[in-house]
Amino acid sequence: MTAAAVSERVRPARASGTGRARVGRILSYVLMIGATVLWITPIVFTLYVSLRPYSETSKLGYVSLPRSLTFDNYRQAWTQSDMLHFFLNSVAITVPAVILTLFFASLVAFVVAKVNIKINVALLIVFTAGNLLPQQVIITPLYRLYLLIPVPGFLSESGLLYNSIIGLVAINVAFQLGFCVFVLSNFMRTVPDEMYEAAVVDGASLWTRYWRLTMPLCRPALAALATLLTTWIYNDFFWAITLIETGSRRPVTSALANLQGQFVSNQNLIAAAAMMVAIPTLVVYVLLQRQFISGLTLGSTKG
Amino acid sequence: MASTVTDAADDAAPSPVTPRRRKHRVGRLTRGEKIVVLVMLAIPVIVDLAFVWGPALASVFLSFFKWSGIGGLALRHCRAPGGLLPDNGCFIGGDNYTQAATNYPPFWPAVEHNVIWLVVFIVFATPLGMLFAVVIDRGIKGSRIYQSALFLPVMLSLALIGIMWEFVYSPNYGLINTLTGHNTNGNLVDWLGDPHLNLWAVLVEATWRQAGYVMVLYLAGLKAADPLLREAATVDGANAWQTFWRVIFPTLKPINIVILVVTVIESLRAFDLVYITNRGSNGLEMLSVLVTNNIVGETSRIGFGSALGVVLLVISLVPISIFLYQNFKRKAER
Repeated sequence: MTAAAVSERVRPARASGTGRARVGRILSYVLMIGATVLWITPIVFTLYVSLRPYSETSKLGYVSLPRSLTFDNYRQAWTQSDMLHFFLNSVAITVPAVILTLFFASLVAFVVAKVNIKINVALLIVFTAGNLLPQQVIITPLYRLYLLIPVPGFLSESGLLYNSIIGLVAINVAFQLGFCVFVLSNFMRTVPDEMYEAAVVDGASLWTRYWRLTMPLCRPALAALATLLTTWIYNDFFWAITLIETGSRRPVTSALANLQGQFVSNQNLIAAAAMMVAIPTLVVYVLLQRQFISGLTLGSTKG
Repeated sequence: MASTVTDAADDAAPSPVTPRRRKHRVGRLTRGEKIVVLVMLAIPVIVDLAFVWGPALASVFLSFFKWSGIGGLALRHCRAPGGLLPDNGCFIGGDNYTQAATNYPPFWPAVEHNVIWLVVFIVFATPLGMLFAVVIDRGIKGSRIYQSALFLPVMLSLALIGIMWEFVYSPNYGLINTLTGHNTNGNLVDWLGDPHLNLWAVLVEATWRQAGYVMVLYLAGLKAADPLLREAATVDGANAWQTFWRVIFPTLKPINIVILVVTVIESLRAFDLVYITNRGSNGLEMLSVLVTNNIVGETSRIGFGSALGVVLLVISLVPISIFLYQNFKRKAER
């Protein structure tokens, strides 16, 4: 679409352009400020509830001016729910899952993008399409599979993939691989081929071209994907709900469902627990928002 | 647009016989290199097949069986119903599908809810996100603040979002009812409990998150759009509205397709919000919840649950095919 072709279809500007522009600008501000207020309200309101003593809100309701604010709910929610334990579960799942996903995905992406084999496109399609399936398509057989596969006792108390940390790592890796292969292979294709030709002349092996040449160049993409994956896997609810029995092995996001039952009579504690669970993602949001967004958009604009 | 995209498929174009100059790939692989490639691919491919595609195919297979998950699975026809014990672990043909459509009350409501979810995303969440992106992209004052605020929900897990909104919707103490004076026992509005209201209430939550996501994708697309296009359109006298719809929007086609695909898939996946709200019952039935209801719990019906999963699979193949076609067609053309 060239500009010349477009211009024929575009009418000349109206003379009163400035007046309309001002109205447009005011409307823009009204829209954006209104939306911003609406968007942060649920979060700020939850924060507010979490800081108020139960005795006060049970009398006055949540929508009332505070007599006192306290971190007491946080302390109580933290100790009563054994939250540290659930947080450690989340770490034990998220950290290995992110590292393994990125490593495996980069291997496949390198082969797809920079090695001449016949099944390149087929591989890429298999991985990409796999990531787009709704999780529920595979959950029924996966659930049975997890009940069948034995895992040595030191990795899983249940002796099965079901109900084990390693099982959750496995499904998160398998399910996120597709997206990362897709993004990384697109990224690797932007590396000029001359660099590889030069490397071959210098006698670099295939592995060297992957590990010493390609991977360092992919650092920005890897960083963006790591941010994205950390958030996604930490936020995962579905796999943990279905593949981990109710109990102590759940990561913190899905443990929220249990806490809701446990604290049903004291909503302020739920608010405090919710805010604590949100903290890691809020840290990512504050420090790495740019990385997160570039990870998201890498998948859509370069594809 | 395509200039930023390097090829996916050029290497795979069927041209091995003609000694066409290979663009870059370093000649033929030696035997050692073949082994290295094999080793590099082995684990990820096995993981992907074992945990994603294997189960997807197994879903199709199991959907033709009647199986409680207890006892074995045999390749024989089920006995006609009416014996002392119901038959188990046997081939039942298309019965699970017929059952779902005719003899499973939550099925059609769930389909309806999934469709409503999709429609709301397409006619409301996506245009809203696009509007945010366009306004922010025009560079009004404080645009970074708006962008950060609107993007915040995308970072939060859906389970957390469900919990946060319960404070907004709570009948007695919630923000909405208190502000509108509906918090006395006579006139309570039970946003999340009333089966005529709760789907819409949850869709507000879902839209709240989805719009920010769509906004970010469009913002990236708008930034990538050639500024010369916009300039040329302005010189030619186009106003902002015309410039966007006639000049910029057509260049956003790849993003539009990504967003369409994401929207359909997300609508099929919708699970977390309704599950955390009331476990997907009483007005919040979704196909995804029905699948899980049939595998976890005492009344596990593996074949039936798989059949519901296959319904999702078949529908999801449409957007998946569109996405693959759009991606690989573009690359094959070059």
